[in-house]
Amino acid sequence: MREDRFVQVHQAEWAALAATLDGLDGQKGPAGRPPGDPAALPAALRRISQQLSLARHRGYTPALVQRLHELAMRGHLRLYRPRLDLAQRLRDLVSVEIPQAVRREGWLVLLGHLLFYGPLLAVFVVIRLDPSAVGLVLDPLTVLTLEAMYDPAGEHFLREREVDSDLLMFGFYIWNNVGIGFRTFASGAALGLGPVFFLAYNGVHIGAVASHLHNVGMGGTLSAFVVGHGSFELTAIVLSGAAGARLGLGLLAPGPYSRGEALRRSALRALPIVQGAGLMLVAAAVVEAFWSSSSTVPDPLKYAVGAALWLLVYAWLLLGGRRAHR
Amino acid sequence: MRLDTVRQIETPEGVVLELRVAGPWTRGLALAIDQVVRSMVLSVAAGPLAFLGEAGMGMLLLLAFLMEWLYPVVFELRFGGATPGKTAMGLAVVMADGTPVTPAASLLRNLLRFADLLPMGFLLGLLTMSFDRSFRRLGDLAAGTVVVHRERLRPVGALPEARPLAVPAALLPEEQRAIIAFATRTSTWSPERAQELASTVPTLAGSPPGEAVRRLHGMARWLQGDRG
Repeated sequence: MREDRFVQVHQAEWAALAATLDGLDGQKGPAGRPPGDPAALPAALRRISQQLSLARHRGYTPALVQRLHELAMRGHLRLYRPRLDLAQRLRDLVSVEIPQAVRREGWLVLLGHLLFYGPLLAVFVVIRLDPSAVGLVLDPLTVLTLEAMYDPAGEHFLREREVDSDLLMFGFYIWNNVGIGFRTFASGAALGLGPVFFLAYNGVHIGAVASHLHNVGMGGTLSAFVVGHGSFELTAIVLSGAAGARLGLGLLAPGPYSRGEALRRSALRALPIVQGAGLMLVAAAVVEAFWSSSSTVPDPLKYAVGAALWLLVYAWLLLGGRRAHR
Repeated sequence: MRLDTVRQIETPEGVVLELRVAGPWTRGLALAIDQVVRSMVLSVAAGPLAFLGEAGMGMLLLLAFLMEWLYPVVFELRFGGATPGKTAMGLAVVMADGTPVTPAASLLRNLLRFADLLPMGFLLGLLTMSFDRSFRRLGDLAAGTVVVHRERLRPVGALPEARPLAVPAALLPEEQRAIIAFATRTSTWSPERAQELASTVPTLAGSPPGEAVRRLHGMARWLQGDRG
């Protein structure tokens, strides 16, 4: 068939497909154009694909081939687009996918806990036994700042903080802490198992701070402050490290796959864990900014709520999504 | 072996579609535009938020977080796989099989941008891209995505007017295509350049000015089935 005859025969069909795509994309074209009929798309895409193959095979002009290719590509992108229902995604993640993904990486998550809480406890005990050892981990300026921050007689423990400052701290915790969680995860693709070893570093630092504040008699203010949001925040740090290590492990030990493919598979396994860590860090920011820092809430209540949150977090990760069939 | 940047994908409809992957330079420019957009949004927001004191500062930090991590994800999922910078450069993110980028893939490739930034100035990302035939950085490898030029090619013209001329010998399909491509692109060159290219065909060498071009145009029409 000659090219101009081919164009003549199919012209109207191509115009109709273009109009359908315009209507479905809903951006281009004049207002009032009837919306495209989604049911017509699969058949139309099959036909345009066949016509494109024919046009190539028969050596029609590049202009025509290009025009058909553009239509076929648009149809392809439209038909195979992902559907995203954000609320449903969030429900699935929280109720099933996050806890399941965490348990699937059980060994890495356990390693993360050991590397974080092990050094934390060890340093805590050492500095409790020998208070001067704090100088090995923290520099003197940090120590002074800490003592000012957690002094029970300090100004900000005596009066309730303004709501404005709560919002400031909330913004800061989101920007800083969630960012750190995401970066810890990402660094696994560059540094292999690096992320789980950052956990040890963080553990040493936090252990030293907690131990020193106990030594100078400010342990009470610290514990009451961290017990609430610590449930979300510390667990999320460990999870970010484990998720990052999952990425790194894919690159270091790809098994039967190429390294690229292994990285892709590891990333899919790690993604729900990072999403969980992100959500927990947001929760931690809310608790830390509006609850932990409150001076009107009595300490016993803070401890009770804190204990409940710790239980909740681990019950969720250990038991969540067990009955779901996938 | 083909050394161009066209990647072919076969669709379930049984046709081969072509993706033209984008290189580091174009993508770098797109990134630069996005950085400008981000900092403009932040500085515009900083003005009114400054009146809100500490609460305003908190909101600004929140906005900075969203701009850093969620801005590319939201744009890639809502606006055909492209951030404003990519739209400006005519780029889009798609999955390796040419389908639109999925939420999980978009999130992954944008979270992992931090790994590509390491140790400084996108070094690791550039290194990974230069070893990959589809210019994928670490984030793209992990997410299974590629960044491609959108279809908007320079429109190719129709065949120029000429008297159809029988092709003197049996030609291979590539040779036929080359003649047709020559004819459709002639209008984009100077007449001298067209003459120069046409005279690389051995049987047309030495023909008078304009004649070689005219004869190729005639053959192109003939090959298209135009018998006059």
